[in-house]
Amino acid sequence: MVKKVIVEATINGDPVELLCEPRQSLLEVLRDELELTGSKEGCLTGDCGACTVIVDSRPVCSCLMLGVEAAGKNITTVEGLATGATLHVLQQKFLEHASLQCGICTPGFLMSAKSLLDHNPTPTEADIRYALAGNLCRCTGYDKIVKAVIDAAKHVADGVGTTHHGKVPRKSASEATRDMLGKGEEVK
Amino acid sequence: MATVVIPALLRKFTDGKDRVTANGRNFGQLVDDLERQFPGLREQLIEDGDVKPSIAVSIDGDMGTGGVLEPVRESSEVFILPAIGGG
Amino acid sequence: MAASTNGHDYKVIGTRPIRHDGVDKVTGRAKYGADYSFPGMLFGKVLRSPHAHALIKSIKVDKARALPGVKAVVTSADLPELADKMEAAGEQAINLAHLSANILARGKALYDGHAIAAVAATSSHIAEEALRLIEVEYELLPPVMSVEDAMKPGAPVLLPTLRNKEDGPDKETNVAAHMQFKRGDVAEGFKAADFVVEREFKTAMVHQGYIEPHNAVGIYSADGHATIYCSTQGTFVVRSLCSAVLGIAEGKIKVVPAEIGGGFGGKTTVYLEPLSVLLSKITGHPVKLVMTRGEVLRATGPTSGSTIRCKMGATKDGKLVAAQCWLAYEAGAYPGSPVGAGAMTIVTPYNIPNILIDAYDVVVNRPKTAAYRAPGATNAAMASETVVDELAEKCGIDPLEFRLKNASAEGTPQTVGPPFKRIGFVETVEAIKNSPHYKSKLTGPNRGRGVASGFWFNVGLQSSATVNIHTDGTVSVVTGSVDIGGTRAAQAMIAAEVLGADINDVRPIVADTDSIGHTDVTGGSRTAFATGWAVYDAAQDALRQLKERVAKTWEKKPEEVAFANGLFSPVSGNGVKPMTLKQLAPRLARTGGPIVGRATVNARGVGPAFATTLVDVEVDPDTGKVKILRVTVAQDVGKAIHPAYVEGQMQGGTAQGIGWALNEEYFYDEKGVLRNTGLLDYRMPTCLDLPEMETIMVEVPTPGHPLGIRGVGEVPIVPPPAAVANAIYRATGVRMLELPMSPPRLMKAMLKKRAAGDSQAAAAD
Repeated sequence: MVKKVIVEATINGDPVELLCEPRQSLLEVLRDELELTGSKEGCLTGDCGACTVIVDSRPVCSCLMLGVEAAGKNITTVEGLATGATLHVLQQKFLEHASLQCGICTPGFLMSAKSLLDHNPTPTEADIRYALAGNLCRCTGYDKIVKAVIDAAKHVADGVGTTHHGKVPRKSASEATRDMLGKGEEVK
Repeated sequence: MATVVIPALLRKFTDGKDRVTANGRNFGQLVDDLERQFPGLREQLIEDGDVKPSIAVSIDGDMGTGGVLEPVRESSEVFILPAIGGG
Repeated sequence: MAASTNGHDYKVIGTRPIRHDGVDKVTGRAKYGADYSFPGMLFGKVLRSPHAHALIKSIKVDKARALPGVKAVVTSADLPELADKMEAAGEQAINLAHLSANILARGKALYDGHAIAAVAATSSHIAEEALRLIEVEYELLPPVMSVEDAMKPGAPVLLPTLRNKEDGPDKETNVAAHMQFKRGDVAEGFKAADFVVEREFKTAMVHQGYIEPHNAVGIYSADGHATIYCSTQGTFVVRSLCSAVLGIAEGKIKVVPAEIGGGFGGKTTVYLEPLSVLLSKITGHPVKLVMTRGEVLRATGPTSGSTIRCKMGATKDGKLVAAQCWLAYEAGAYPGSPVGAGAMTIVTPYNIPNILIDAYDVVVNRPKTAAYRAPGATNAAMASETVVDELAEKCGIDPLEFRLKNASAEGTPQTVGPPFKRIGFVETVEAIKNSPHYKSKLTGPNRGRGVASGFWFNVGLQSSATVNIHTDGTVSVVTGSVDIGGTRAAQAMIAAEVLGADINDVRPIVADTDSIGHTDVTGGSRTAFATGWAVYDAAQDALRQLKERVAKTWEKKPEEVAFANGLFSPVSGNGVKPMTLKQLAPRLARTGGPIVGRATVNARGVGPAFATTLVDVEVDPDTGKVKILRVTVAQDVGKAIHPAYVEGQMQGGTAQGIGWALNEEYFYDEKGVLRNTGLLDYRMPTCLDLPEMETIMVEVPTPGHPLGIRGVGEVPIVPPPAAVANAIYRATGVRMLELPMSPPRLMKAMLKKRAAGDSQAAAAD
C-alpha cells in the first residue's frame, strides 16, 4: 500500500492538517477522514453534482479531485455555508420555497448556487439554470430550486442577505457566469 | 345472496359466467359456497387458509383489508382482482 | 392556484410552513444511510456478473480471503435455501427463493450486474481488491433481452422451475403470468365504431434515478439481535425481507430509518441490507455497504420496458365504444413486472362499454424490476393516450373535449370492475381547458402542443401513529413512515390542526421498527393519506383525553367541554376560565398523568388520482432534439395539506415523465451487457432541459377520509410521455410510437416521413 500523505488545507475557514492516501478523492477525504458528510456521493463520475464544494472560489465536484490536490487550497463545503447559527440566504430561501424533497442533492445545489452568486449577484433565470445544470435533482423538477435562487439573488442584490466570505466585484451576468464556469484556468 | 364478479381467466370454472351469486357472511364463506358450486375455484383464491397474497378483493367498491374475514352483505357486489402495489 | 371544493376553514392545513427537517438538510447535518459510521466498522463490496446469462460452475474465494484486511467473503451458499413459491412478506407477495437469488445468485447469473459474492474488509479499497481475486467459472448461455424474444417458442429459458397456469406444469417458459380483463364484446364494439386506430408501442426500461445510491450498515450482536441502518422507503419491509432471507426472527431485527435520498418505488425491497447483516454476523463488526452508480443502474430494480398494442374505436360523434389492448412487460430476471397495473390503468380514465385486455409478465436477462411511481401506468398511458389523441383528430374533436365526452366519473365501472366513487378526472381536464397556458397561442415553426391524461389507483395499507403531549404543551408526532418529500411536515400539520397547536410546537419523528407499530412503505402515494389518517385519529385520541382532563379540572363532564381555535371552554354557562393546551399541559401530572394519543389504520376507501398535462414543444428539424417550451399539469389532489410539497410532487413527477419521453433508456449491447452505467449516458433531465413547471391543484376530497386526502405522488408521471408525443405530432406530423423519443429516433422518423412525403407515416424502428 502506498504511504499516506500529509495535506494542509483551509476547510470552512479553518486550517486543517490531514493524512490521506494518494488514491483517495477529496470527497472521500471530506466524508471519511474529516466526517464532513454533508457533501454527498451520487455518482463518483462528476455527473450529478451532489458532492460540489467550492475550491478557491470555483465550484468543483469533489469526487473528481484527489484529496492530495487540496493542499494549500481554500475549500468551502455545505457545513461552512451558514454563519454560526445564522443560515446563508440561499439556505433560508431553499427552505422557504420548499426547494428540497429528499434533500440529497441540496448541499451540491447550494454550493453551486453560492458560487454563482459570489461571482454574479444579479443573475438572470437563464444564468441560474446554466450554473446549476451540472447538478441533478430527481425529486423537484428544479422549479422551486430555481425560484429560491432567484429570490436569494434578489435579497443579495438588495443588500438584505450576504453571500458570506466577502464581496465579489460586480461583473456583467454572462461575463461572470463564464468566469465561474472556468473558461480561464483549469480547475483541478 | 352476494354477487361475485369472476375474473376473465377464472370463468372457465364458472361455465363462462362472469357474475355468479353465493352465500356467506364473509369472503371465506363466500368462497366455500363458490367451491360447492364450481369445484376448483377455491384453490385459485385461497392459500394457507387465507386470500392469496397476489389477489385483492373489492367489496362494494372498497378494497378489503380483512382477507377471508372481510364482511360480506346480502346485497354485496364482490370483485376479485390482482393485488396492486405502488412506488 | 387551488380550486377547493372542501369548504373547511383550516388554520394550518393548506399553509406552507418550513419543514421540520429542513435546517438539517440545508446544513449537511441530516444523516443519510451512507453517512453512518461505527467504531470498528468494516466496508463491504459486491462482486457482480459481467454476463447477462450464465451458469455459475464454481466460485473460488480462497485468494480473496487471504488478502490482508479481508474479514469475510460470502456467496449464496451462506444463505438459507428458500421455498420457490409466492408468500406474503410484509405487505407484498413475493417469491422468497427469487428474492434470495437476486441478493446472491444461486446457480445462475441472470443479468449483467447480478450479485455473485460479497466481501467485507477494513477499507473499501481492500474490499475492491479482494473482488478481483475471486475466481468465478461461468458457462455462458444466450441472453434473452426482449419480451418478443423471450416469448418465442424455443426461447432459452431463464428459470427452469417457472411455470404458468395456461401452459401447465410440464412446460418450461419465460411467461410468468397472463392476466385478462374483459367487459362486453369488443368485436361488436368495433363494429359500431366509425373510426378505429390500432398502434403498437414500445417503451424502454428506465430507472427511478434517485440521486442517493443504495446503502446499508448491518450490526449483528452476540445476543443474536441485528440492527440495520439504511435508506429505505419501508423499514418494516426491510425487516420482514431480511428475516426471510437470513432466517433470523423478525423480532430480532431492528431497522433504523436513515434519511433517504429519493426512492420513487426503487427502495421498497432489499439488496445490500441482508448482506450487511450476514457479513456482520461472520466478522463480529459493523459492516457498511454502499453501491456505486453503476451498481445502482445494473443491479437494482428499474421499471419494465414494454411492448403494447392498443386498438380503440370511436363513433364519429366522439364516443369511445371499444378498446382492445395487449401488453407484455419485461419483469427482469424474476417474475413480477407491473403489467397487471398497466392493464388495469390503460383505458380506465374512459367509460368504454367493450374492453378486452391481455397482459403478460415476461422474464428477460435484465435486472429484476422494482416499483417505480405509478408502476406500469406510464407505459400504458403512452399507448392509450396517443391512440385517444389520434381518434380525437379523426373525429375532428378537440382532444380535451374528446376526453370530456368519454371521461370516467362517479359510478363509471373501472377496468377491474368496481365503479368509481367521487373522482376528479373531469375537473383536471376542465382546469387545463381554463388554464392561461391552454388559452395562450402557440406560434412559430416546428412547434406543437400536446395533451394527455393519467390515472393511478393509489393504495392505503397499514400505518401507526402516536401523539405525545409534552409538559410544556408542545407535541411530538411519531410515525413509521420515512420522509422522502416533506411528509413529516404534513403529519405535523395534521396534528397541529386537530390540537389547535402552532406548527412550530409540533415535532414530527420517524421511528425505528421497535419504536412504532407496523407501518407499510412510503410509496403508493399512501403516506399523507394513510399515515396522515393515523395521525389525525391519534391526535383526536389525545384531544379526547385532554378534554377529560379539562373536565376533571372544572368538575364537569367531558361532553361539557368544547374545543375550538386552540381553546378549551365550557359548552354552556361560565364560571370557569377557558384554557389553552399550553396552560393545561403542565397540569397533566395532577389530573391523571401523561397523555399519549394513539391510532392505527388499515386504510380503506383509497381515492384514485387523475392528472392531465399540457405540453408545448419545439422540435429541431435538423437534429430531432425536442425542447420543452411550456408545461402545465392539473391534478386532483384531494386536499393539499402542504401545497408546496404537493406542487413539488406534481413538478417532480412531470419532470421524470419528460425524462422518459425524451432521453432515458437502458441500452444493452448484443451480449446483454448494459452500456450506459453512468449518469452522463443514462441521461436524466437537468434544469436546462426543463422550463418553469406550472401546476393546478384541483381539490376533490376523497369520500370517507377525515381530511379528504388523496395520494398525490405517483400520477403526475403518467401523462407526460404521451403528452410530449402528441405535441411532437403537432409540431412535425410524425406519430412517435417508441420511448424515448430521443434525437436519433425522432430524426429517423422525420427523415422517413420526408422521404415518403406521407403525413400519416408512423415512426417505427
